Amino acid sequence: MSISETDRGLHRWSPHLACSSAGDFEMVAAVAARSGEQMQFMLLFSRQGKLRLQKWYVPLSDKEKKKITRELVQTVLARKPKMCSFLEWRDLKIVYKRYASLYFCCAIEDQDNELITLEIIHRYVELLDKYFGSVCELDIIFNFEKAYFILDEFLLGGEAQETSKKNVLKAIEQADLLQEPRHEYFNVPVY
Amino acid sequence: MPAVSKGDGMRGLAVFISDIRNCKSKEAEIKRINKELANIRSKFKGDKALDGYSKKKYVCKLLFIFLLGHDIDFGHMEAVNLLSSNKYTEKQIGYLFISVLVNSNSELIRLINNAIKNDLSSRNPTFMCLALHCIANVGSREMAEAFASEIPRILVAGDTMDSVKQSAALCLLRLYKTSPDLVLMGEWTSRVVHLLNDQHMGVVTAAISLITCLSQKNPDEFKTCVSLAVSRLSRIVSSASTDLQDYTYYFVPAPWLSCKLLRLLQCYPPPEDGAVKGRLVECLETILNKAQEPPKSKKVQHSNAKNAILFEAISLIIHYDSEPNLLVRACNQLGQFLQHRETNLRYLALESMCTLASSEFSHEAVKTHIETVINALKTERDVSVRQRAADLLYAMCDRSNAKQIVAEMLSYLETADYSIREEMVLKVAILAEKYAVDYSWYVDTILNLIRIAGDYVSEEVWYRVIQIVINRDDVQGYAAKTVFEALQAPACHENMVKVGGYILGEFGNLIAGDPRSSPLVQFNLLHSKFHLCSVPTRALLLSAYIKFINLFPETKATIQEVLRCDSQIRNSDVELQQRAVEYLKLSSIASTDVLATVLEEMPPFPERESSILAKLKKKKGPGAVSVTELDDGKREAGELNGGGDRGPDTAAMAASNAVSTLSLLFICKTLIAVISHFHSYPFIPYLSCCLSASIPALFCGLSLHPCPVLWPPSSAPPSEDPAPPLSEADELLNKFVCKNNGVLFENQLLQIGIKSEYRQNLGRMYLFYGNKTSVQFASFTTTVSCPGELHKPVEPLVEGGAQIQQVLNIECITDFSDAPLLNIKFSRYGGALQNLTLKLPVTINKFFQPTEMSSSDFFQRWKQLSQPQQEAQKIFKANHSMDTEVLKAKLLGLGTALLDNIDPNPENYVCAGVIQTKSQQIGCLLRLEPNAQAQMYRLTLRCSKDTVSKRLCELLAQQF
Repeated sequence: MSISETDRGLHRWSPHLACSSAGDFEMVAAVAARSGEQMQFMLLFSRQGKLRLQKWYVPLSDKEKKKITRELVQTVLARKPKMCSFLEWRDLKIVYKRYASLYFCCAIEDQDNELITLEIIHRYVELLDKYFGSVCELDIIFNFEKAYFILDEFLLGGEAQETSKKNVLKAIEQADLLQEPRHEYFNVPVY
Repeated sequence: MPAVSKGDGMRGLAVFISDIRNCKSKEAEIKRINKELANIRSKFKGDKALDGYSKKKYVCKLLFIFLLGHDIDFGHMEAVNLLSSNKYTEKQIGYLFISVLVNSNSELIRLINNAIKNDLSSRNPTFMCLALHCIANVGSREMAEAFASEIPRILVAGDTMDSVKQSAALCLLRLYKTSPDLVLMGEWTSRVVHLLNDQHMGVVTAAISLITCLSQKNPDEFKTCVSLAVSRLSRIVSSASTDLQDYTYYFVPAPWLSCKLLRLLQCYPPPEDGAVKGRLVECLETILNKAQEPPKSKKVQHSNAKNAILFEAISLIIHYDSEPNLLVRACNQLGQFLQHRETNLRYLALESMCTLASSEFSHEAVKTHIETVINALKTERDVSVRQRAADLLYAMCDRSNAKQIVAEMLSYLETADYSIREEMVLKVAILAEKYAVDYSWYVDTILNLIRIAGDYVSEEVWYRVIQIVINRDDVQGYAAKTVFEALQAPACHENMVKVGGYILGEFGNLIAGDPRSSPLVQFNLLHSKFHLCSVPTRALLLSAYIKFINLFPETKATIQEVLRCDSQIRNSDVELQQRAVEYLKLSSIASTDVLATVLEEMPPFPERESSILAKLKKKKGPGAVSVTELDDGKREAGELNGGGDRGPDTAAMAASNAVSTLSLLFICKTLIAVISHFHSYPFIPYLSCCLSASIPALFCGLSLHPCPVLWPPSSAPPSEDPAPPLSEADELLNKFVCKNNGVLFENQLLQIGIKSEYRQNLGRMYLFYGNKTSVQFASFTTTVSCPGELHKPVEPLVEGGAQIQQVLNIECITDFSDAPLLNIKFSRYGGALQNLTLKLPVTINKFFQPTEMSSSDFFQRWKQLSQPQQEAQKIFKANHSMDTEVLKAKLLGLGTALLDNIDPNPENYVCAGVIQTKSQQIGCLLRLEPNAQAQMYRLTLRCSKDTVSKRLCELLAQQF
């Protein structure tokens, strides 16, 4: 027999390969490339396409962030209500869900679990809801910093840090208790 | 929740946000923002020192402006000042600003790091968490340098609060991802693994993400996590829905942690310890059982969380790919989801089934759902779900259902979304070729493709149908008749005209006997399309015409007249004009003999891999190709299956390749001879020029040689002699006799995965080299050598790093016993040269073509092979399960056809196949007689060549 061989070059392994076929050779792929597996970013935007919150778990330039946001908002808004909550977008999987006027949209990698991501979104909504008391878009606009703080208690670096609702809210409550009483500022000029 | 929590008194911020919201236009908004920026700038620059509250408020406003999408180029220093405030909210806003806005600004980073350092050592858990969140959010290299050694200490210290541990674990994970070289393994690593046992579920949830990532990079150091993970999982799975209190989510105990545990286990092969494995299988079974129980709540959150675990468990089952029982159960479960009312579940089931389709154990089970999947393709309202259905059909396709699947995909194409049409076309073309038993079906399919979706049929597709028609005598007449009929349509796609022109030019004579398709009728039909076509198609048609002159002398006058008319001979397009002039001249000067030689029928194309797979892969990324990705690779991989690389023959091969390339444009393979024959005619050299200039791009790379490349270029390859094969090389080889994909080899440094596929006497093997360490491998070299007369050492390049892939094209010249050797050498930074030799799992049975036959045929052949040396027999003890399904899967994996109802004893297995080598075909018959009581087998092989019987018998005796 004769063997000829060709080199396929230094292709970066693409995450697609792993899901495409089973077999234990996938381990190779896993070792090499799964290190990046996590949530890539989370975006909250309104039905009008206004971005209300953005959290990036991978380093990207501002330009890239803007481009991704624009494209994704357009793609998701174009989808009809009964459609499925997952879609392939570039090399990523998008998981999104609409709550009232707000879309919650997460980008995860090929190996990640769509359904559990959907419930990450839901748990975050529950946390906001409990904290603000029946949350609405305006709460998030006017208290965007709180929305970020709650998210940081729940997810860190794109991974679940604390999934217990009680514990997350306890942490935020404690922080709130550390706040200076309001009257201290009553006489401070507004601008 | 206390009312105080809603905002903390920054009224100015609220007013500003309201102002922005009240802006009627973009311009008004910008104006308002600029006013605010000017105000903040003057405050920051002003002489009066700002109090902490004002600083916080202004920084927060800047943040808001930035989040609206405007650039912010000041305020960083004020934010950094806030970090050292001892008021929590000021610190918090400072950290938020830094997390969102700061990139590596060296001056600032130093100040930020200082503040972080203070907070980390403050022993105030809330401050520590803020600092850790900031590191995790920014994750820059400077921060890794400053804190990578500190954080592990915080993580494992006995007195660290749980909440701080959680943040520390994920913070460390982020640093490990961005700067793995700075996070050094040490004494802390073993203690981290034990966090899996922590009482606090939140700590386990956070720590497991870190452990999973570390295990991927250092599997050996962390392998104790497997048993810990299994016992944790088992406790969760068996707990009642209320046991875990707040970690129960809609009656599902700890869904996030469960998913992460199952994901961690996917970093490892199945546990070797029987007890651990048993416990894990029990967990997986429990998860599958729970899917059948009635839901504990009607809320979608309940079913989502439950199914998230189920899908993760199925991923693990697929990853192990060794438990036929679980695989089939998983498949049945997904089958139920295929008809679920939740679109999300249908989508995921289709997606997950794609991977199940490629496991030998579950392929058949997946196939039973074909009708449902076809139905999904037809009726799903969401295009992304239909896309999944199409992918699954493609993945489950095999010889038995190809006709049905191709037909369904074709009919779907008529209404398919534009966005996915090209991909669908490629898939149909690939399946039609791959599973064509009857080539007239193949031709019909491709012509239908062109008819239905001509615009999406790329060149690769129609080139391919022509190659196949040219190479197969038996389909040429049919092809000519079919294209002739297809061209009758008043409007037909230009691609159809191309295929039609080419095929009639070559094989029009095969249908010319019928007066309805006489030469002139054929010509007129083709020429009726001429004026509607683009230049390249017209050029092709002109070539068809000159071929007609040779095929049918009676058309000569008509065609010459066409060529002579001004619109041809004076066409403004140089290519067309030149062809018209040259063909006209050729037809009037050359004698019939010369014409017949010049315009001889195309020689067969060298057998090549289909170029359309490459196209599909390019289109959608490697994953799209699913099962059949095994045989893609194509052009960049150097086309010819070893054809261009047979040592001494190379020159000859290259020459003949070049010639057949020319002949694509209908010019005979003896062109060179003809040119010399016609040397007195000045136009002939032009002819050859013009033709060689028109060689379609398809054929470049035809005589590609793999050139050895070394990487990095400067470093010389390790010069040590290849090591002798590892002692376990034979054992590793034996694992692959009945399967084509898997992990060939693994140690602490390196993992080598293999995917391969074979067709007739050709094979293609993909080798995946995974670097399991975090350091680069230098001078990575692999060498393949074949024992026996055909020594052909080949050195590919390779690089160290994450994972690289190598492709081998294999041709079986004659039967053989010894496997080729694969030698790998590389050095690790600071380590010794690694030198290891394995046997490549290429065994003679890979070149089997299954042969179906009746009982009488079988016994007749069995008797014919009755010489004593043609038979090899072995009686041996069973080493593996004697389960029927497992045995069948193995025998099918062997490559032979498993024949039913042949052996009078239904317990016995009978197989038949033909081994294809370049020089000959070797018929083989096999009989395997299990004796369950004695746990023994008797294996008998009869082959037309004695060495093959012996070798197969040796190989197979190891398998059962």
